[in-house]
Amino acid sequence: MIEAFFNIEIMKAAWPIVLTGLWNTILLSLIVVPLGLLGGLILALLASIKNPLVRWPLMAWVDFFRAFPPLVLLVLLFAGLPFAGLELGGFACVAIAFFLNTGSYYGEIFRAGIDSVPVGQVEAARSTGLTRMQAMRYVVLPQAVRNVMPDLLSNTLEVVKLTSLGSVVAVPELLYEARQAQSITYNPTPIVMAAVIYFLLLWPLVRLLSRLENRALAGRR
Amino acid sequence: MATNHIVDARAIHKHFGTLHVLKGVDLKVDERELVFIIGPSGSGKSTLLRCLNRLEEPSSGSIVVDGIDMLDAKTDINHARRRIGMVFQSFNLYPHMTALGNVTLALRKVAGKGRAEAEALGRVALERVGLADRAEHTPGQLSGGQQQRVAIARSIALEPRVMLFDEPTSALDPELVGSVLEVMRGLRESGMTMIVVSHEMGFARNAADRVVFMDDGLIVEQGPPAAIFENPTHERTRAFIGQIQRH
Repeated sequence: MIEAFFNIEIMKAAWPIVLTGLWNTILLSLIVVPLGLLGGLILALLASIKNPLVRWPLMAWVDFFRAFPPLVLLVLLFAGLPFAGLELGGFACVAIAFFLNTGSYYGEIFRAGIDSVPVGQVEAARSTGLTRMQAMRYVVLPQAVRNVMPDLLSNTLEVVKLTSLGSVVAVPELLYEARQAQSITYNPTPIVMAAVIYFLLLWPLVRLLSRLENRALAGRR
Repeated sequence: MATNHIVDARAIHKHFGTLHVLKGVDLKVDERELVFIIGPSGSGKSTLLRCLNRLEEPSSGSIVVDGIDMLDAKTDINHARRRIGMVFQSFNLYPHMTALGNVTLALRKVAGKGRAEAEALGRVALERVGLADRAEHTPGQLSGGQQQRVAIARSIALEPRVMLFDEPTSALDPELVGSVLEVMRGLRESGMTMIVVSHEMGFARNAADRVVFMDDGLIVEQGPPAAIFENPTHERTRAFIGQIQRH
């Protein structure tokens, strides 16, 4: 049992490979999370324009990408686009798929946050001469983000986990590298290493999330 | 349009869907005048006030404030609003900023002052409402009366030509009302033009130049406070005054 899953020799041998994977996972997250946040923010700001010509296409967009499984989207981009003469590579495909998928989720969270800010806040801001955009930027968004911070963090947690999908399109992130090491050594220990690293990477975020959620509950009482 | 009134609203109509909230209201206000608008809830008094700075879009009519045609599409509404302060029933302070931050935001972003100058002006405004020592407090750390005074400071810091008050004391505990009225009295004495929607009859009686009674989307009658309170000509005014004085 220990030989199979916690083999010290294999750990030593696989360590450099797994470490490369970890850096790539971190790098991928650092690209994909801000990209998703940015996409979400743009969607939410567009949604705050109460114009049916903007609103309906936007809702269709968000619904479509929330209903579309991210793995299918990723494979479609990776395997399909070359037939349209566009070869993007795994990394770019992950970035685009995540921008579309998680951007829609982040967008819904930002939208809920913007809706949670009382109308009186905008009225007060506008009555002092601030433009719509200024009121949004200085008055509404700071409150909106604070109100939905637990949801933003929770979604971010999901996004970091989802980066393991990159392994399907040969992006050398943590899971991909661990599987490489496993196939070289004929031993599942590298996978166990990856699992432990994922846990250590995400657990602080989970703790932080719990604290934020408790604080939000306490604030409501 | 030649006018010697600082506020000149004519034939204001406002529809909300099928609801006809304002049915042709004229309101002219002189410089340095304090006009009190009273009336039962749903009479349209708050809507009228909110039309004056175009927080509410009138369905028809004309509004000129300090020589600026508020309903002209060519008017820079954000620029025009700087000259019209507004104080709300629920204060609407920005909870994520300090009192000073609340007061300086428009000074910096609208009036284009630098941080140092904005903060100096902001502190002067807070001083005027008696809250110089609360500059670094957030709204959550202030009482309702103090919050409303910060809201007043936020408006006066921009040196408005007119101030609109929409039930400024209705959300306050009775013991906190006095401090807000005190600040309003000070503004009055400094010569500020003020339009106040409120039920503070005692304040109206000794501070207002004119009381306007509205009912069902129309101005029923108006005149000096003594005339409206002691000798209302219309039955509806009499009934309303009788009602609130019984409280």
